[in-house]
Amino acid sequence: MTKKTKLTDIASLFKDLNIESLDGVTIEGDIELNITGGGGLNPALAYALGQEISHISLHMANIGRILGYPVDQLFSQAPGMGVAGVTTPTKTTMQELLAAKFEVSPIKNWTNPIQEVTLGATSADGGSRKSTVTLGGENALPYYFDAEMPHRNYITMDVFDMPIGMAKAVKSNYEDVINDPAEWAKKVVRDFNADMVTIHLISTDPLIKDTSARDAAKVVEDVLQAVDVPIVIGGSGNPQKDPEVLEKAAEAASGERVLLASASLNLDYERIAKAAVDNGHVVLSWTQLEINAQKELNRKLMKQCNVPRDSIIMDPTTAALGYGLDYAYTNMERIRLAGLMGDDELTFPMSSGTTNAWGAREAWMVSSPLPQDSEWGAREYRGPIWEIITGLALSLAGNDLFMMMHPTSVQVIKEITQTLYGSIESKTVDISNWIGAEV
Amino acid sequence: MKINSPLEAYKYLPATNCGECGEQTCMAFAAHLIDRSKKLTECKPILEEKFAKKFKELQTLLAPEIREVEIGVGERAVKIGGDDVLYRHRLTFFNQTALAYDVWDTMPENEFVERVKKIDDFKKFYVGSFLTLNMVAVRCVSKDPKKFANAVKKVIENTDMPLILCSFDPAVLKAGLEVAKDKNPLLYAANKDNWQQVADLAIEYNVPVTLFSPDDLDTLKSLAVTFAKMGTEKLVLDPGTFPTGKDLKKTFTNFLKIRRAGIEGDKDIAYPIMAVPLTAWMTQDDVVSASYWETVVASIFTIKYGDVMIMHSLEGYALLPQLHIRDTIYTDPRKPVSVQPGMNKIGTPDKDSPVLVTTNFALTYYTVESDLASSKINCYLWAIDTDGLGVEAAVAGGQLTAAKIKKGIEDSGFDLKKDTTHNSIVLPGLAARLQGDLEDETGARILIGPADSGRLPGWMEKNWPPKPK
Ligand code: SF4
Repeated sequence: MTKKTKLTDIASLFKDLNIESLDGVTIEGDIELNITGGGGLNPALAYALGQEISHISLHMANIGRILGYPVDQLFSQAPGMGVAGVTTPTKTTMQELLAAKFEVSPIKNWTNPIQEVTLGATSADGGSRKSTVTLGGENALPYYFDAEMPHRNYITMDVFDMPIGMAKAVKSNYEDVINDPAEWAKKVVRDFNADMVTIHLISTDPLIKDTSARDAAKVVEDVLQAVDVPIVIGGSGNPQKDPEVLEKAAEAASGERVLLASASLNLDYERIAKAAVDNGHVVLSWTQLEINAQKELNRKLMKQCNVPRDSIIMDPTTAALGYGLDYAYTNMERIRLAGLMGDDELTFPMSSGTTNAWGAREAWMVSSPLPQDSEWGAREYRGPIWEIITGLALSLAGNDLFMMMHPTSVQVIKEITQTLYGSIESKTVDISNWIGAEV
Repeated sequence: MKINSPLEAYKYLPATNCGECGEQTCMAFAAHLIDRSKKLTECKPILEEKFAKKFKELQTLLAPEIREVEIGVGERAVKIGGDDVLYRHRLTFFNQTALAYDVWDTMPENEFVERVKKIDDFKKFYVGSFLTLNMVAVRCVSKDPKKFANAVKKVIENTDMPLILCSFDPAVLKAGLEVAKDKNPLLYAANKDNWQQVADLAIEYNVPVTLFSPDDLDTLKSLAVTFAKMGTEKLVLDPGTFPTGKDLKKTFTNFLKIRRAGIEGDKDIAYPIMAVPLTAWMTQDDVVSASYWETVVASIFTIKYGDVMIMHSLEGYALLPQLHIRDTIYTDPRKPVSVQPGMNKIGTPDKDSPVLVTTNFALTYYTVESDLASSKINCYLWAIDTDGLGVEAAVAGGQLTAAKIKKGIEDSGFDLKKDTTHNSIVLPGLAARLQGDLEDETGARILIGPADSGRLPGWMEKNWPPKPK
């Protein structure tokens, strides 16, 4: 502003506006301005007056500041100043940042801890594992500041009892061991840093090889011999055959506290639950993207089959990124929140078949089948990251254990989940001037 | 939103049930206001003078907890913020995370233009439409206002996408604004050193502005409160994106805290949040590792409350998962999971055309349909009622069975023997195990299609029409 204004100038200011009389406007003693007369005040005059008066007030405020008066404080307390919903910005000059303290409270209704479940048994507990894995125990959503997360996430890598169709990027890592589950298991632990191994007995499916439950149990024994980490035993997914297969496998692994995968509502879950209880194992309670079905199955496992609470893990189903991950994510998040808020039928650790991500065409196709699409990028990089982002999303929804396939995916999921868990040191980097960074 | 039942909103409506809003009753309209599927201005009567007070009051009550900020102009303008919940299943998240990709003013001209065009053009087809990127962030590396202004000009010449002008130097920002003043760009950024001048610019040019206060939420809030007092609430908060280790965990915590405070009613901090996953490039050397880590960081902050992000990698393998994770999180969970079961004709099928089946899970169905349609395969496609499960899950769970397929086809009044010359069905590859059963049930010939419908064109070439046995 260039014009200097004094209080006494107000009168001459009005004179400049070239108006005949100040109808409806009176100025009283202590610069109190009364504007009355509904609609009597001509809009041009009102605008001009308003503008001039605002300018004067800014000047006065500056004088006030020079005199050392806390003007800004006064303004900030004045009603109607800086309120929400200002549409046309009106400028108020500030000399200093207004002081503020950021505060947020912890969530109060997360009162129910998630059940702790241990997989694997060492010799002290009647097994032969060198190490065990404990999942669960959370008092908050994963990695939240509301409560320390007691255990990190773990990864169990897939091993199959026969060669199966796999995406090229996955297969290239296993070609040397594809006919030998024990060697395959050794490889994922030794070379790929798997915390656990899952042996999938898929050849037992009557429509595949119909391997007998007894022969399948031998493969389980071989794998237990080959590695000393906890294991997961998976059936073929055939609801008629799986109970028998898992029963025999559970006996073969008796005392090792394996995870039996899985009990579901569409097969004889009682048999599987009994096999787990009799042999000291943990049951994977598998349902398909339906929170009420998950409650029902957990309830049946506990009440009808007497599975102890510390022997249940849930698999609420993993859908791949782009193929229903939104349902899988929200289903898990709802389950975990319900558990934390007191639903005892849902307070169990969760497991994800993250490998399902490889079913997405984006993970394995050479390029887009649609000509309108932009370049998809090299598929050897697309596959692993599809598995990573699928897993990462679910880790944020509360998933504890990941069943995975690609070594790169395993490595990156470990890195990021342990970063959020808080056990990885930062690389020093000054982000305060990232704008000018050479990237 | 300060109210959560239709009844509370109803009290403010004219209560005439006039139907102008397209709803039968004011109460029905009130329900749409609460689930945010209609806007208050769709009730014309309430805009009348005599309801002015009620309109204003209700509008305040309905305003989302997190302020909505608009960036850019025209068709490609983006809105960010506007959320009311911390978990998507409680309602839905609004205004999907805006993805901005960087260019910088020291790039050689041809590379610069090529990069802008690439950002502008990138698209990926998905469930009936294209996923795309949103914005261009221009970084001032030269420290030269003229060079920066030039770069901004070049971006404007090559795209209608909204802009983010990035510099901590007010002179540089001003130079950029002069060129882009009609484009409503987002300023990046005011910090504790330059805030007065940047605030002046934001107010003078009436544009949104980012407040940057790395890992210091008190100062971030001070900046927000001060800017609001000075006259602008078009604010975006950047609490700093630290790309690795415990610092990244701190960043994660900051995002959670800001959004929780905002949703719980602290108006002073209830603004959209910005993440800058680009910082991943400051700790990684090779393109693949940096792209991977950037995507990982971006995914975390897409899921947890980032409303706008600045990124660098334009590799397809990084963009695809980024676009999809955003779609995942922002898809309205209230929308139906499944399509209507039944027969659908793709193209103009006749008696020689193949009969295919899939499930009524919306994603599966639309994927198969678009694969068939885009390669111009005339056929009959059945959506079998699997309670909205995909093929693999439905086979495993018993929702897709031979009996269900037979029933699905019969319910449409279709007779394989009469209505086709080949009496055969193509099963999805992932349902191969149903082949025997389905043969027994229908007496038709059952062909096993590919595991992914994207391979149907190649499969058709080899297997259609079916060779006589
Ligand atoms: S337009 Fe307004 S007054 Fe008329 S029915 Fe709809 S909500 Fe009620």
